Amino acid sequence: MMTTSALYDSLVKIVGENFVSDQKEERYFYARDGGLMPPHEPDFVVMPKTAEEVQDIVKLANREKVPVVPKGSGLALTGLVIPQRGGIVLDMKRMDRILEVNEKARYVVVEAGVTHGVLKSYLQKHHPNLRHSIPDAPPIATVVANAVIHGQGRLSQQHGFNSDMVSGLEVVLPTGELCRIGSCSVSSYWFSKGPPLPDLSGLFLGWFGTTGIITRLGLKLYPCKKMRDIMLFLADKAELVPDIMLRLSHTEIVEDVVVSAQPLPLRFRGTFWIMAYITGDSDEELEFKRKMVWDALWEYFENRDVGFLSTSPDMKAPLLSMPSKDTARFADVSKGGGFQYAGPIAPIEKFPAFIKKLEEVATKYNVFYASTARLIGAGHCMMFSFSFSFNRADTDEMARAKEALDECSKFALEEGGVLWKADIYEQKLLMDKMDPNTLVLMKKIKQLLDPNGIMNPGNWEVK
Amino acid sequence: MQQKDYASQIHRCFRCGYCKFPTDYSSFNCPSYRRFRFDSYSTGGRLWLIYAWLKGEIEWSEHFAEILYTCTTCKNCTEQCPMKFAPDIVDWIVGARSDMVEKGKIPPRVARFFEAVYGYGNPFKQLRSDRAAWANGTKKYAPGDEYLLYVGCLGSYDENGQKMARSLVDILNASGVSFGILGEEEECCGNEIYMLGETGLFQNLVEKNSQKFKELGVRKIVTLSPHAYNTMKNNYPAFGGSFELCHYTQLLNDLIEKNKIKLSQAHVEVKLTYHDSCFLGRYNNIYDEPRQILQSIPGIKLVEMERNRRDAFCCGGGSGNFVTDLLAGSADSPARVRAREAYETGADTLAVACPSCLTMLTDAVKAEDLDDKLAVKDISQILKELLSAK
Repeated sequence: MMTTSALYDSLVKIVGENFVSDQKEERYFYARDGGLMPPHEPDFVVMPKTAEEVQDIVKLANREKVPVVPKGSGLALTGLVIPQRGGIVLDMKRMDRILEVNEKARYVVVEAGVTHGVLKSYLQKHHPNLRHSIPDAPPIATVVANAVIHGQGRLSQQHGFNSDMVSGLEVVLPTGELCRIGSCSVSSYWFSKGPPLPDLSGLFLGWFGTTGIITRLGLKLYPCKKMRDIMLFLADKAELVPDIMLRLSHTEIVEDVVVSAQPLPLRFRGTFWIMAYITGDSDEELEFKRKMVWDALWEYFENRDVGFLSTSPDMKAPLLSMPSKDTARFADVSKGGGFQYAGPIAPIEKFPAFIKKLEEVATKYNVFYASTARLIGAGHCMMFSFSFSFNRADTDEMARAKEALDECSKFALEEGGVLWKADIYEQKLLMDKMDPNTLVLMKKIKQLLDPNGIMNPGNWEVK
Repeated sequence: MQQKDYASQIHRCFRCGYCKFPTDYSSFNCPSYRRFRFDSYSTGGRLWLIYAWLKGEIEWSEHFAEILYTCTTCKNCTEQCPMKFAPDIVDWIVGARSDMVEKGKIPPRVARFFEAVYGYGNPFKQLRSDRAAWANGTKKYAPGDEYLLYVGCLGSYDENGQKMARSLVDILNASGVSFGILGEEEECCGNEIYMLGETGLFQNLVEKNSQKFKELGVRKIVTLSPHAYNTMKNNYPAFGGSFELCHYTQLLNDLIEKNKIKLSQAHVEVKLTYHDSCFLGRYNNIYDEPRQILQSIPGIKLVEMERNRRDAFCCGGGSGNFVTDLLAGSADSPARVRAREAYETGADTLAVACPSCLTMLTDAVKAEDLDDKLAVKDISQILKELLSAK
């Protein structure tokens, strides 16, 4: 077995000394994320530039049985890239090339470090008729990491999870081979991640880097209309929200449906803000869509259960921005630099129960809360965030926020939800509840792909 | 000043990463993050590490100090951070640096910078008696002169800065402006000393300069450097400094508008791009005057770099890095990145309005082997050439 110093030298040989650090400062920063999971330091932080360098690092790690944790920007907040057993954190952000945009087949191929912000800007500049689904995460979030965690964003109401929008993968397997997944495995085109072939993308998406390191990703692009608008409705009865979401989805013309709730400022308390985003190439198209949305909810207006909130351009601008800076701002509500959310994926009928639980738990633990529910697919499910802000200088409040999150996650699971980007403890909860044969299958897959167990150990570990 | 409070506030950073970008998210706009690429070198990384240091979770190290001092205080983070504390970020970093200075724990290059200013009144260890060697007989300020031209250390000692100062003096003379310089009596303005956290020395410099201005009855100051403009505008008043202040581009733009600068009618065909200095732009919102000067010159076509105005990418020279050079040594060094960006516009001239930017970008253009394709000139030099052609 190599000494730490020899391992460092080997890594330097692969990527150059400017892109390897074993210094305390990098180990400290890469040991944690902005959430509440306990930190654990890596031994090295390494920034590869090419897939070949990733292969060499993985082969070295395999020989030496050293853990490898691929990392985008670490914004999941649930500690998914905290190196639970040390080893090497691979910061992928130097692999930052946008390799191809196929306008006619509407996809883009990016390297693993390309951020949502850079991709958005690139498409606006060079391919203004195309767009991708932008999550609410800050623009530094990487496209690959967001797909790996099954993120969602604008367009999810129409097209599902961001991982559903993947159109091909290039992966370094845990044993070092470079492998292509989807149409790109037999063709120069990246239009499909699976069909009509066996869909092998499921071996990597949702596995949090425990089965390989994605080095390239094809992503579906969608028409970018010239105009966007938001229609904002207010309701005060949680039990009506699922049907409102369904009715909006029934129009088949809404880009995104988001429902938010928070107790402050006071004008927000007791109301649900229902946001329907629409797009159009002309005023006539937008007006037509406004009328459709209006008609879909007309019965609720007549009964005075839902109201329309007229919004000024100044009020609309932050709501229309992609990503929304307001998401990050929640971290400073208590002037404390922290927030985290449990975000189960669940049937939309659970909205009233989840809201009730959120308010109960916030009161019980005396923490500030907010919630955002996003419709995924045509009413197939929603992501419901139980969000709590906390002050990083207040350890007691951090502990209370963590307890509140844990209680919400357990509740959501009991109610039939499935925890999204589950932390290592939540993964155990999920696996305890999982069909035993599914667990056996996961274990076999993991053992087959990663015989030495070097990939992001601690995550999706089936005992 | 917020820096005294930084310890009680710095935990508020969520490390969301907006600070790394320009407004349109097209690339990375934090100079030190662009240079080193480890998250520890971003603003979020720096703030988290400072907080860890305050809590005793990490010990001081040379590497930590280097991370702290590779921030050029360009204020891109302040522009982009979505949080309410955004305006205070640079003060927090300066506050942490002040604590490091008090403990004597700073990078050797920064220590040498301070020693030079202590000993010589400038960061280059040049003799005080040579401070006006560039001036070629330029008149010293006397009561009754309308303006004091504050030249600064780069204008006094740096080869590029000296050319800039001479050009400005020639233009002011040709325009009939009543002005004078302090010559060897001039002190360092202290902007970099402030940003590097040496508050005691900074106060000393401010007091010396302010006393000199008072003794001479100075009412109006025009600065060569945006750095001097910044500190005299935003820091000196707290120490009793009381005078009208402008940057030279503001004065020249005013003179052009009043038709007091007579430019040659010889036709020039120049495609030019302008680099915003952080201390003019993001710090003091001076974006238009330099452009108005350039656009007033017949035959000059001004093209913008992708990142301009509040999104301009820093040359890497701020916070004394034009001397300490902590971001040098790579094709990813900010000045080289910026030189390539300027070249990509198709311009044949890169115009600046700051002696620090001038020297950083002149060196970068050479390092990029672009010196026969892209000339780096200060606005005063560009105008001076047109005067000379008269």
